[in-house]
Amino acid sequence: MSDSTKKVVKRIRINVDKCNGCRGCEVICSASHATPRYSSVNPSRARIRVIRDPLADIYVPVFAGEYTAAECAGRDQYTIDGKEYEECAFCRASCPSRDVFKEPDSGLPLKCDMCESDPTLEEPLCVQWCLADALTFERVEVDAGAGGAAAGVAPEEIDAGLEALAKTYGWSKVIDAVARMSRNGNR
Amino acid sequence: MRYAETGYNLEVDLTRGNIERVATDPELTSLHLGGLGTNARLFWDRVPPEVSHFDPENLLIFGAGLLVGTPGPGCNRTIVSSISPQTRFFGFSMMGGFFAPEMKRAGYDKIILRGRAPAPVYLWIHDDKIEIRDATHLWGLGTLESAECIRQELKQPHAAVASIGLAGENRVFFASIEQGKSSASRVGLGAVMGDKRLKAIAVLGSKDIHVARPEEFIRLANESLAYIKHREKNPILGVMPIMAGLGSPQEMVVHDEEWHTENFVWGNARVRRKGFWTEEVRDSWTRTMETMRTRLLSCYNCPMKCGAAISVDTRACSYMMKCFSKLTYTMAAFSDLEFGLRIAQLATEHGVDSFSAPQVMAFALELLEAGILTEADFPGMPPDTNSRFYWLLDRIVRREGIGDVLADGTYWAAERIGKGAHEYAHNCIKKTEQLPLKLGMLNQMYFLMYCTGEKASITQIEGNFPQTPFPTREEQEAFTRDWPHVPDERFKRWFEEWELRGEKSIPNYPSAEASYEIVNWQEAMHYIDDATGMCAGLSSFPYKPPFHIHNLPELISAGSGLDLDERSLMHLTKRTRDLVRSLNVARGMRRVDDAPPADHWKTRFPELEQRLLDGYYDYKGWNRDGIPTRATLHALGLDYVAEDFLRRGILRPDEEAPDAEEAAAGATARGEGHAS
Repeated sequence: MSDSTKKVVKRIRINVDKCNGCRGCEVICSASHATPRYSSVNPSRARIRVIRDPLADIYVPVFAGEYTAAECAGRDQYTIDGKEYEECAFCRASCPSRDVFKEPDSGLPLKCDMCESDPTLEEPLCVQWCLADALTFERVEVDAGAGGAAAGVAPEEIDAGLEALAKTYGWSKVIDAVARMSRNGNR
Repeated sequence: MRYAETGYNLEVDLTRGNIERVATDPELTSLHLGGLGTNARLFWDRVPPEVSHFDPENLLIFGAGLLVGTPGPGCNRTIVSSISPQTRFFGFSMMGGFFAPEMKRAGYDKIILRGRAPAPVYLWIHDDKIEIRDATHLWGLGTLESAECIRQELKQPHAAVASIGLAGENRVFFASIEQGKSSASRVGLGAVMGDKRLKAIAVLGSKDIHVARPEEFIRLANESLAYIKHREKNPILGVMPIMAGLGSPQEMVVHDEEWHTENFVWGNARVRRKGFWTEEVRDSWTRTMETMRTRLLSCYNCPMKCGAAISVDTRACSYMMKCFSKLTYTMAAFSDLEFGLRIAQLATEHGVDSFSAPQVMAFALELLEAGILTEADFPGMPPDTNSRFYWLLDRIVRREGIGDVLADGTYWAAERIGKGAHEYAHNCIKKTEQLPLKLGMLNQMYFLMYCTGEKASITQIEGNFPQTPFPTREEQEAFTRDWPHVPDERFKRWFEEWELRGEKSIPNYPSAEASYEIVNWQEAMHYIDDATGMCAGLSSFPYKPPFHIHNLPELISAGSGLDLDERSLMHLTKRTRDLVRSLNVARGMRRVDDAPPADHWKTRFPELEQRLLDGYYDYKGWNRDGIPTRATLHALGLDYVAEDFLRRGILRPDEEAPDAEEAAAGATARGEGHAS
């Protein structure tokens, strides 16, 4: 397989300096995910939230990312240009430590789907509704590589890993394991 | 299933600490929509004219417009209503921001407050969980300050908070209710809140708002956004820059203040300063704005940026402001923009109306200069005007010394001071300070709007029809070419033919008959917005807005499930408008109250003016005292008002035209306007 495969990634650029705090992104996101579509609005169900603290002049639109079962061991607090951002202000996780990105009634995690739909939208709806251009959309081509993160790994690093296993279990067991896992399609 | 509205009000008795969630009658929605309409109806039903502003029986209602919380852009207005300490009439003051959407998502169309808490409290509403909480530790704090404390103690950084400052606590007659970037400022409803010992209401919701016909509603919302983009790229030519776009006047964005500073009057609404706007002033004020304004801000679900974060200290945002409050303190004190932006921060924390407060302070200094008040009334007041304004503001919000008198506003202060002080309270309509504007020649439309508007500000009745002719007819024709907003084609002719000078100029043109229709139309658009919660900035106020009489019926219908067309919407709006009139008539409002400040125009025409009022009252279906007639009330389904008026002797049984049916039909036609 060639290493030079390209793939298209959808990217939403977030410019916090341009956000006017209207929350239109939350409105249209929750409306478009309602059933039937657009039948109700509820920013609590939105997969984008504007983390905001008006008196600190903080407005950070954040998209819902992966669910995490456990909160982080530590917390981050950023200071940027003299403004102190609340803990987790930039985090996308649906996480036990906070209320956002969970269905208000079931608590089930929410995740941004980039408005994947049929027919495909030109831009996600939050971007379309952001007339301030705090949210802009682009499709960018990136190297897909042969195997994602592994594509750039040098062979000697894998050798070192296997040697460590062999030291513990012996080569024959390691070879058996590799052979068995390959046979099961566990690759 | 209720659409657009939640179908529940929250009733809070502050005296007893009782809280109830009460289902509303859908019939009232179909009669009055929501917001101001249903607020007015609640006042009619529950607050008789014997109840005065600071009685515990006076209600304070925070009402959300019918479409608030839907995806309709700009549908975010809270309509606060109570009996005003300033006008003594049914007062309503609207605010944008984030409060009403949060209230609806918590599950309530209105919060209805009655009684008086035994000690300072605040209300915390989190969906179905409602608490009346102690606020003694917040009493005395600023509006934004206390809101921040509340968010911190509740650990709810995103709760919407509406609060009062010292002014409201001390029942200053022009105290506001502040809510971050927005405020319900006019006619002193903050004083009623203070009288009820309610420091703040904090609300957070997580429920759904439903719309009846989703696809149709979202199409209309998307069309409006596309149109807003179009208007952003295509400002209106031939008008002053702040009026060229949508939204409220774009004071936070536009630096060119020639129009305001040279056409509006300075001091206690006195001095016009032609030639003020020099290059030097322009550069200096532009610098001030660009340094102190840290971000442009929007209200909930609206792409306009009518507000701004202003920094007056080390904080990136010390407070938020919008619109003409940018200049009111500056102009009242004959000062500069930096002074205005700085004192407005304190004034916002204290919670005062930024139209009235600066005029009250300038009025005090005029009385001192005239010898009606003396140095002894101002012990320790510093010598320079800027410092005097800070000194006066502090006395007023604490009601200390002369501040206690001034806290009643110019009209009531003049009452207390006597000695000819009324000559100096010269810029009031219905006892409320107006925009500082003094003009030469009477304009019939504006005469009627100033007289008959019941919303304490000209900006809440004027709107879609240009304020003045353009320099040439060609420019006027260019304007009307793309003007579908008017109810009828003849409105276009009226504007096209209007001239700056000559036969077809003010005061003769637009004619009385044209003026009745233009004023009625503009007023109706505002009343529609106040019922739906749509911001005037996207509908009734600017030129060529995205929402107008031809698409609002569909938007309201698709959102609420009501089946409205232009005729029925106009009829319903007239019902609410005349109910508001009736509330005030019951409180004693009469023709004599329908008057502009005596010096608003230099050239007045007493006979013409009286003819105009007669004609417009006829047009409205009101009698010569400005009271809706029985036939009008009947046609609007307000027989219960007519019966009350007969009982009270406000209307007499014999004064109606015998053919009530014909009169009723006429009134209905007028109420329904002239939909094309």
